[in-house]
Amino acid sequence: MNVLFHNVRELVERAEREGKLISEIMIEQEMLMSGRTREEIIEQMDRNLTVMEEAIERGIKGVQSVTGLTGGDAVLLQNYIAQGNSLSGELLLDAVSKAVATNEVNAAMGTICATPTAGSAGVVPGTLFAVKNKLNPTREQMIRYLFTSGAFGFVVANNASISGAAGGCQAEVGSAAGMAAAAIVEMAGGTPQQCAEGFAITLKNMLGLVCDPVAGLVEVPCVKRNAMGAANSLVAADMALAGVTSRIPCDEVIGAMYRIGQAMSPNLKETARGGLAATPTGKALAAKIFGGAVVQGDY
Amino acid sequence: MKFTSVFDIIGPVMIGPSSSHTAGAARIGRVARDLFGRQPKWAKIHLYGSFAETYRGHGTDVAIVGGLLNYDTYDERIKTAFADAEKAGLAFEFIPETANTEHPNTARLVIGDDEGEMSVVGISIGGGKIEVSEVNGFKLRLTGGMPAILVVHDDRAGCIANVANCLAMHNVNIGHMEVSRIERGLTALMVIEVDQNIEEKVIQQISLIPYITKVSKINN
Repeated sequence: MNVLFHNVRELVERAEREGKLISEIMIEQEMLMSGRTREEIIEQMDRNLTVMEEAIERGIKGVQSVTGLTGGDAVLLQNYIAQGNSLSGELLLDAVSKAVATNEVNAAMGTICATPTAGSAGVVPGTLFAVKNKLNPTREQMIRYLFTSGAFGFVVANNASISGAAGGCQAEVGSAAGMAAAAIVEMAGGTPQQCAEGFAITLKNMLGLVCDPVAGLVEVPCVKRNAMGAANSLVAADMALAGVTSRIPCDEVIGAMYRIGQAMSPNLKETARGGLAATPTGKALAAKIFGGAVVQGDY
Repeated sequence: MKFTSVFDIIGPVMIGPSSSHTAGAARIGRVARDLFGRQPKWAKIHLYGSFAETYRGHGTDVAIVGGLLNYDTYDERIKTAFADAEKAGLAFEFIPETANTEHPNTARLVIGDDEGEMSVVGISIGGGKIEVSEVNGFKLRLTGGMPAILVVHDDRAGCIANVANCLAMHNVNIGHMEVSRIERGLTALMVIEVDQNIEEKVIQQISLIPYITKVSKINN
């Protein structure tokens, strides 16, 4: 099989040796492995981008999930940004609100594009459509953002995991945030190595994050985890662009994430038996939503 | 390498809320229907691990039933799959299991109608990607990402060559192939991943080959 890269080191080395962007290497690999033309591949990604944009537009107008657990926070955030008094900055909060918007639509069983999963679908598009207002990218550059994200996600999926049930939230929102950081760096004009630094710095700070959804729903705390994933990725991207590097190489951070996921109790991997799901309020919410008695016992 | 495409990562386009528990579940249902070759009249759906713990919250149940009705991951009708199943004459039952499985997101679908039944074990490995790990008791590994043919046959010399010849005659290239059997000399299974979707006439021709008992296909 024609694989251009198995890990981040090979990805970065190839991009730097050939003087290409990470996104370009991903497109070339997709052409090799699928046998499809560049145009077909770009067109499919373009359609995914449209789905992401539509989900954000829907979410920032306000949606509610069936359970009522989530929805409406993207609207609160947009209104707050409009007042002009935000402390953490408009771009960052805009990314946060758009990540929240996407995941609120997801929780309401709306149409989204998984990046890399549905539970973590807010981070990549949320940051993209916020950074867009600052960097004014072309449509092609926005599509490239998704290929750069995809290249890093591809390495994580094959060398570790992108499944909350297998690796905890670090594998989902952690991976998504790292992917977004790398893509932000490329769009802002950073080098392939800086993309890898952005990914590594982000994921390092999401290691150990458990998957503990209340009532087993992709709502609490998933929506806010996407918010913080977006914030984390923007700060890490800025750090990488400033020249800050990770002492632990990117691939080793991914390896650490995998081993932490293996060591994590199944109670903390999308079974709704531990963490926030097992708090008194978490259990009461589950009982209210699905009926029946509150299940006792902590994990 | 489990994930082979960038669209495994940036994608699929899907109805929320979970890629593994909703989109992956829909794909498991759909692949089971494909393998069965028609819409079943009944389905017993055994759920394991995280699927068993969280299937209601994730819409895993409506997604699997939607898949059995041939809905894709982005089909809005997934939301009304239970009502649609009733109209379509598909009775279903969910059975959460406590047994540990190798992968946390595993479903065993036993589906059937008046003509026959089939058991399919699917696992959802993340991001909406799935694998089929067992069909009618045969262990196998099928990703569902490529078109594939499953051939149940008597465990005798020449069967594999005859099927390969038939595919060669139709200019179908084999990408990956696995053979397995439950017991020597009895029933065996060929799993053949191919590069392009298979026409019905090819399936019919393979089914006419001596000692072939059943042929199913998954198109992509």
